[in-house]
Amino acid sequence: MSVAMREAFGKKVAELGKTNDRIVVLDADVSSSTKSGLFGNEFPERFFNVGVAEANMVGVAAGLATAGLHPIVNAFSIFLALKATDQIRNVFCYNKLPLVIAGAYGGLSDSYDGASHQSITDIAIMRALPEMEVIVPCDAQMAESALEYALTQNKPVYIRLNRNAVPDVGLPFDAAQKKGVVVKEGSDVTLAANGITLSATLEAAQILEGKGIKAEVLAMPFVKPFDVQTLKASVEKTGRLVSVEEHTVVGGFGSACLEALSTEAFNYSYRAVGVEDRFTETGGYDELLVTYGISGANIAAKAEELV
Amino acid sequence: MNPILQSLIENKPFTPLDATQLSALAANLRLEMFDVLHSRQTGHWGGASSAAELTTALYFNRMNVNPDNPRDEDRDRFILSKGHASMNLYTVLAHRGFFPVSDLPGFRTLGSHLQGHPSMNKTSGVDMSTGALGHGLSIGIGMALASQVNNRDYFTYVLSGEGCLDEGQTWEAMLSASKFKPRKLVYMIDYNGVQLDGTSNDIMPLDPLADKFHSFGWNVASSEFDGHDMNSILDSFAWIDSDDIWPKAVIYKTVKGKGVSFMEGKNTWHGAPIDDDSYSKGRVELLADIEKKEALL
Ligand SMILES: Cc1ncc(C[n+]2csc(CCOP(=O)(O)OP(=O)(O)O)c2C)c(N)n1
Repeated sequence: MSVAMREAFGKKVAELGKTNDRIVVLDADVSSSTKSGLFGNEFPERFFNVGVAEANMVGVAAGLATAGLHPIVNAFSIFLALKATDQIRNVFCYNKLPLVIAGAYGGLSDSYDGASHQSITDIAIMRALPEMEVIVPCDAQMAESALEYALTQNKPVYIRLNRNAVPDVGLPFDAAQKKGVVVKEGSDVTLAANGITLSATLEAAQILEGKGIKAEVLAMPFVKPFDVQTLKASVEKTGRLVSVEEHTVVGGFGSACLEALSTEAFNYSYRAVGVEDRFTETGGYDELLVTYGISGANIAAKAEELV
Repeated sequence: MNPILQSLIENKPFTPLDATQLSALAANLRLEMFDVLHSRQTGHWGGASSAAELTTALYFNRMNVNPDNPRDEDRDRFILSKGHASMNLYTVLAHRGFFPVSDLPGFRTLGSHLQGHPSMNKTSGVDMSTGALGHGLSIGIGMALASQVNNRDYFTYVLSGEGCLDEGQTWEAMLSASKFKPRKLVYMIDYNGVQLDGTSNDIMPLDPLADKFHSFGWNVASSEFDGHDMNSILDSFAWIDSDDIWPKAVIYKTVKGKGVSFMEGKNTWHGAPIDDDSYSKGRVELLADIEKKEALL
């Protein structure tokens, strides 16, 4: 286990603040949770805590962005995606203003707080917005790379962060390439993992290996722009695809995979792993992931249905 | 639970408790919240404790509710807009008879009806699901307007902290409440001055709050009430009944984390798990408070 992704991200923001004086950081009364407070402590004059007012926060950020600054807005991902969507779309995306949206407590990771706090529609919402980029890192190191990349862009970039310590996968990853990574080669089925689902997906590959099924595992942090080449090369070879995401299966990463392959000439069979079209509930994080199918066993079972 | 209190709250038909009884009951319920939050290592102590007297007074003195018919159309409504204080509401509802007290230790476990934040279709007695701050007042306006449309005569109570007052939606609701003047809508502010990241003065100043209600056209109580003193809370209820001018707002001065001296007024105890050491020290203080209040029964 590494440090929590939010901790690593917060530290990186504070570190980059030293050399990049265009960075301004905003938070909505959750800076001790998002760890944006680390930047706030070092650069109080470039830190704005607007209270529990996510829409206002994003509006204020837009004003800052018009004057050459690069805002990083921090809040729980569900409230950024739901309470500030209008400001994100009609002010930032429409006007192509620079913004890093740091979506804390992504997916089911705010597990005990329950359905009102679990963010399972943020990717679908964010990826539908023109000019938006959407990155879902699989570990702390990838989150840092995503942040560095996002700060080079003159447009809004959504980075979905996890609340908890997740295993360090340590992949060679440079977000600036906007590419997926082939983590394990195989020829029978492609397992495309978005974000922290990568570790469960690697577990699934191992289970499948034991049954003589060779799975190819892809880490696909970019939901938008989508790396169609990496996915296509793999699925053309295996003829089978399982997409895995910590999100509703409606409109998220799995949908992005299907859209990307829809113009390809080859046939393939498909299964989606993610939260079925329903509300989630309170519980421990690990047990919730298993409950909603984001487990090695379930991913392997879905893959087996295709073979 | 003290046997005198237990028999009082089990009385059928239910008879409202007086100030002395309510004080002793709230102290007991506060300890129960503390126990469950500690054993579960998740949940929000600061804001649950802050409102212990307020919800106890509402459910055991004032509100017309019927645990045997939780969706009775004539019942008074309650919206916990600061939904993170769910442990408070669950404890009060359980003891008021809406579901077994033995369900409380299951708080926030997978499969329990006691979700992290209140869920109206899971927990008996919960009138509205909350959790995302800022929703409560708008919904309360709707419930109160519905009583007029449906020719019913119930009260609608909305309880919020500073957090909801930061959200823009609350101020849209403030405007529309003074336009529609929903009858029997009471907005109660648990004004403990501390939110998640720090004090409200540091994060988003709200003072002078009563003046803001005034200027938005509300009937706001001219005095601040003490949200931990049952006599003061009962005075506020008398003020609510003193005229027919709506909507009404009442600001209660409270202390976040009330009852455990080293947790009081600290944003760090907003939602932190209660460690064993703090628990045993805190329990001593909460028990002493119970003893003091039960002695007056
Ligand atoms: C829309 C939204 N943003 C952020 C949060 C996270 N959050 C939960 S409680 C809280 C602070 C609430 O402060 P206050 O209302 O004063 O709580 P109290 O002291 O009464 O417990 C925050 C920011 C949330 N629940 N909803």
